[in-house]
Amino acid sequence: MNIRNFSIIAHIDHGKSTLADRLLERTGAISEREMREQVLDTMDLERERGITIKAQSVRLDYRAGDGRHCVLNLIDTPGHVDFSYEVSRSLAACEGAVLLVDAAQGVQAQTLANAFLAIEAGLEIIPVVNKIDLPAAQPERAAAELAAVIGVDPDDVVRVSAKTGGGIDELLERIVRDVPAPRHRPDQPLRALVFDSYYDAYRGVVCYVRVVDGSLDEGDSVLFSATREKHQATEVGVLTPRAVRVPTLGTGEVGYLITGVKEIDRIRVGDTVAHAGVSIEPLPGYRDPKPMVYSGLFPADGDDFERLREALEKLRLNDSALVYEPETSRALGFGFRCGFLGLLHMEIIRERLEREYDLELVATAPSVAYRVTLTDGSVKEIRSPQDLPGSDRIDHMEEPFLRAMIIAPSEYVGTIMELVQARRGVMEHMQYLSPERVELIYHLPLAEVVFDFFDNLKSRTRGYASLDYEPHDYRVSDLVRVDILLNGQPVDAFSTVIHQEKAYQYGKRMVERLRRLIPRQLFDVPIQAAIGSRIISRETVKATRKDVIAKCYGGDVSRKRKLLERQKEGKKRMKMVGQVEVPQEAFISALQADAGD
Amino acid sequence: MTVPVGSPDSPFLADAAAGWSAAYVHIPFCARLCPYCDFAVVAGRQDQTDRYVSALQSEIAMEPSWRPLDAVYVGGGTPSRLTVEQLGYILEEMRSRFGFGDRPEVSLEANPEDWTSSLADGLRRSGFNRVSLGVQSFDPQVLRSLGRMHTPEQAETAVLNARRTGFRSVNLDLIFGTPGESAASWRATVDRALNLEPDHLSLYALTVERGTDLSRAVAAGAPAPDPDRQADAYEAAKELCRAAGLVQYEVSNWARPDHGCVYNLIIWAQGEYLAFGAGAHGHRDGVRRRNVRRLDAYLEKVEGGHRPEQGAETLEEWAREQERLIIGLRRAAGVVPGWGGETLLLSSWGRRLERAGVLARKGDRLTVLQPLLGDEAARAVLALQPRER
Ligand SMILES: Nc1nc2c(ncn2[C@@H]2O[C@H](COP(=O)(O)OP(=O)(O)OP(=O)(O)O)[C@@H](O)[C@H]2O)c(=O)[nH]1
Ligand SMILES: C[S@@+](CC[C@H](N)C(=O)[O-])C[C@H]1O[C@@H](n2cnc3c(N)ncnc32)[C@H](O)[C@@H]1O
Ligand code: SF4
Ligand SMILES: [Mg+2]
Repeated sequence: MNIRNFSIIAHIDHGKSTLADRLLERTGAISEREMREQVLDTMDLERERGITIKAQSVRLDYRAGDGRHCVLNLIDTPGHVDFSYEVSRSLAACEGAVLLVDAAQGVQAQTLANAFLAIEAGLEIIPVVNKIDLPAAQPERAAAELAAVIGVDPDDVVRVSAKTGGGIDELLERIVRDVPAPRHRPDQPLRALVFDSYYDAYRGVVCYVRVVDGSLDEGDSVLFSATREKHQATEVGVLTPRAVRVPTLGTGEVGYLITGVKEIDRIRVGDTVAHAGVSIEPLPGYRDPKPMVYSGLFPADGDDFERLREALEKLRLNDSALVYEPETSRALGFGFRCGFLGLLHMEIIRERLEREYDLELVATAPSVAYRVTLTDGSVKEIRSPQDLPGSDRIDHMEEPFLRAMIIAPSEYVGTIMELVQARRGVMEHMQYLSPERVELIYHLPLAEVVFDFFDNLKSRTRGYASLDYEPHDYRVSDLVRVDILLNGQPVDAFSTVIHQEKAYQYGKRMVERLRRLIPRQLFDVPIQAAIGSRIISRETVKATRKDVIAKCYGGDVSRKRKLLERQKEGKKRMKMVGQVEVPQEAFISALQADAGD
Repeated sequence: MTVPVGSPDSPFLADAAAGWSAAYVHIPFCARLCPYCDFAVVAGRQDQTDRYVSALQSEIAMEPSWRPLDAVYVGGGTPSRLTVEQLGYILEEMRSRFGFGDRPEVSLEANPEDWTSSLADGLRRSGFNRVSLGVQSFDPQVLRSLGRMHTPEQAETAVLNARRTGFRSVNLDLIFGTPGESAASWRATVDRALNLEPDHLSLYALTVERGTDLSRAVAAGAPAPDPDRQADAYEAAKELCRAAGLVQYEVSNWARPDHGCVYNLIIWAQGEYLAFGAGAHGHRDGVRRRNVRRLDAYLEKVEGGHRPEQGAETLEEWAREQERLIIGLRRAAGVVPGWGGETLLLSSWGRRLERAGVLARKGDRLTVLQPLLGDEAARAVLALQPRER
């Protein structure tokens, strides 16, 4: 069998999923009736936002120009920087990569980042310029840029339009011609890599596997190497993109495996499947990505804690970048401290939890992990402001820095430098990709980039700048913890670790917001922002002066009672913090607004 | 002996009233409807008063016999829209059905524009000995905002006439915090009311009730009463009343010694009272009942020989105890703490109220020290779970 495994990689929105549509169509994997735009973006969230969140693999049967029958295993990958981990994982299952560039935009930051990933993984790269149908397309310029990045001749760059289908036939031929066939070892004992999984309420855990050596038959007795779990392969099949049951998955094939396992913790993405009783060397698997941001997730209704735990377990099967550990907050109750790859990832996880598991959640302000060296010389990683030891025990603190790549038209260099400086960035170097376009490399604190940096960058460059980044190192920094006090009591959910220069701004913003959100009480309620014992900002919610029904309605005592009953229901939902009744909604609004601005 | 002898805020009166008996009669007719009012009222149905009075008589006759009445309260709507004769029939029916106690309090609500010397004389002759006049304000502009038909002078004349006619107690109702009413205007209103030396004064903060023209106007952007300014007005009035020798005995009520309102005292003590008329509410044999509210429905029911009851509710023991506290704590005399009060004092809400200086236990009584924050205490009571006794 002629097998070709390849990923489609590109900067966000350059047309990967649309190109996949055309490949599915041209190979007859999907009928005209079933076709819709970005058909592989199956999640509701992907369709609503028009972006790919999860890599998707699909098997295509293709009869090549020379009459050979080929099986093409295609993986459509996400373009957003938060999901570059998905790209790395996809590349690990392939021998080739189709690297797309938008003909109107040219090479962008994730074009470079993804190209480097593919080169590092030793893949054959097929350079493609997409969207040649656009009026603003400059295919020659884009092709030249792309060729320069990977060091090929511009004539070797394929030109396509994923919209009109122009150039698709040529691309298919190039894939068959250039992507190496997987190194078959059909005679070796079975080794299959679990590269993804999800939980199905009826069938239990469904694993997506790539058979690297040997073959996997339905009915085989299999062993998951890392967890030492032994099970029966009750069903195997391929994704075309619909699941189609097959009797066997041969060497190099990609498909699914169902063992009937319902216990989620028995299966791990990155694990190797072998035949039971046969000893093998497990495949390298995946390096777990390190979270970039952390945030506390709490059920709005405290009774939902267990449901949240289950939901996280199930979601983790489908998203191994998600990490979490239990956390307790005085203000919000029991929840989890979760680690995410970025704000978009955080938003997606939260929305998936709410939609797919019908939960209502409160998220605390996202923060990055800091490294604290204590006076006794030991080093601690702080993922939650509450974990920060007293300042007397801290020798110094370090914060994570990124190496960020910005690509933009050269006229914006000035405004970008301004922005980056305001965010404490340090330039590593700057290079002209062409007379009109520059690449800037900066070292920037993660905390300054992860929240609103990209939005700012885009608005200052009218959308023309692109950004990519990777973790770089830790640097000593002037960090402080800002606490928010209600009536003298700190509210843990609002504490944050922040650079000294930004502390006042944060404190003032939170305090003002809370003043608007907290209802008047029986007494004046001071709201303060503090660093240690030093108050940096203060507002007061003035005491209620009048809270009484004027009249007892001519003997209609029941009416007054009912009126008060209704109000009392609200009272029961209040959280008491330092003698102050705070509506649950106030916490939610205060925290939401913070993630937003 | 039910003359409320002594200071209106005396714990003795507050508690004793629990054992007294009253009857309330509702008269829904008004000349026109005030924009803030959400009582059971009708305008333009003056032709129905005879029918209504007959229906009242039938309803009273249908009520199982009871104890003699210590207080009768004819309220509205606007009872002064009825003739002296009609009012007389109602009282007569009541007297013959239940009998009156020794020196009962017999009250009537009246609107100033209806007040005449002959009405006053007639009322006295029929047996009314207390009158409550809906003065609301002495500021013509405020009266206009409230949609009232009378002038300040009419109100003043009515009060002076009522006093002269020899009613035992004269009350004035005033409303404060109407948008547009200045602090000075309110002080002037209270001053002028106090100059008339009333026996009793009810001061109500203007309340935006659901479904009224006022609430629709506010929803559409008209100014709403400002609670902070109402609090200022309240404090100012409190001071003026104190200086004039009136004693506050409930959130919104003041009286001279010996002039506490018996009917009010009964309601606040969770006592029992019969109720007649459209939309009237009663409390008898531990059951709270309410009558149908619409005039036509009321007339049809009664004329068809049925009791015009719309619904009834018997409270469980704990709910009853909560109710005792909610209404009782509105009084200056407060309540005997009892089962519910002890539970409240032990709860986190109770302690918070104490710490904030809203609630206090003084000797054998539990009182709300800041009446303007009383609903916070009431909500706390309702949120309580009963404790084992
Ligand atoms: N005119 C034109 N538009 C295209 C072409 N290919 C894709 N698009 C449009 O570009 C937008 C992005 O396309 P997608 O296929 O979702 O891009 P993507 O690379 O998968 O995006 P991510 O998965 O979010 O990284 C959509 O509006 C497509 O319709 C093309 O060849 N021509
Ligand atoms: C039962 S009402 C009717 C009395 C009489 N018809 C009158 O209007 O004068 C008794 C009193 O309640 C008060 N009142 C009625 N509606 C009110 C409201 N929405 N806000 C404050 N006080 C109100 C007025 O002071 C009124 O005099
Ligand atoms: S306030 Fe008095 S007069 Fe005005 S509508 Fe209500 S009951 Fe009638
Ligand atoms: Mg996509």
